[in-house]
Amino acid sequence: MTAVVEIITGIMLVIGASFALVASIGIIRLKDVYMRMHAASKAGTLGSGVMLLALAIHASDLAVVTRAIAGVVFFLLTAPISAHLLAKAAYAAGYRPCADTKEDALAKTVRPKS
Amino acid sequence: MTPLETFAAQFLHYSVLISLALLTVSFFIIVFRTVKGPSLPDRVVALDMLVAVGIGFIAAIGVFTGFYLYIDIAITLGLVGFLATVAFARFVLNRGLAGDKTIMDEVEDSIRRREAGQ
Repeated sequence: MTAVVEIITGIMLVIGASFALVASIGIIRLKDVYMRMHAASKAGTLGSGVMLLALAIHASDLAVVTRAIAGVVFFLLTAPISAHLLAKAAYAAGYRPCADTKEDALAKTVRPKS
Repeated sequence: MTPLETFAAQFLHYSVLISLALLTVSFFIIVFRTVKGPSLPDRVVALDMLVAVGIGFIAAIGVFTGFYLYIDIAITLGLVGFLATVAFARFVLNRGLAGDKTIMDEVEDSIRRREAGQ
């Protein structure tokens, strides 16, 4: 039983770390702040959430499992909020997406170029 | 100890080491993006991601040492990171609307790059 738990924990740890690596590669490779937010807020949250769940599985204790699930739910709730808030603030401040974003529907309404 | 248990202990040990190595690589990549910029929201996104990698580090260390109390620290770090990102977003918004010179330079740079087709 312990052996199975340890193997599952190891696999989940490596999966979570790989997601974090993919997210950081996205942060360095993508072209503007709005694209980078996709990588950071989706893959990054999934990576840290999976690693927290791996800790919970390794503990196999109800108190730790409850706290881990609460933490994962908290991250899943707050990551989109912070990313959306930051994107909205950046756009309202005037930052424009890169040229690969063909449609920019808000360009004429939010801070048009004088 | 049966052979399966020996294998599982070895497997867990090496997967913790591998995940710590992967997290270290991503940590350095994110630090590079934080230093390079080029704009303030880029750095804020990178710092947000840095918090996520920090949570991953804490979880891996918690498995490695067996101290499950680390999960409380991870949750607290997530809370602080969320509040920091929200505060930075408000900062970007306020400074941008007030016409701060540094931010306006970066904004004009982004507009110029969009028109140049980059």
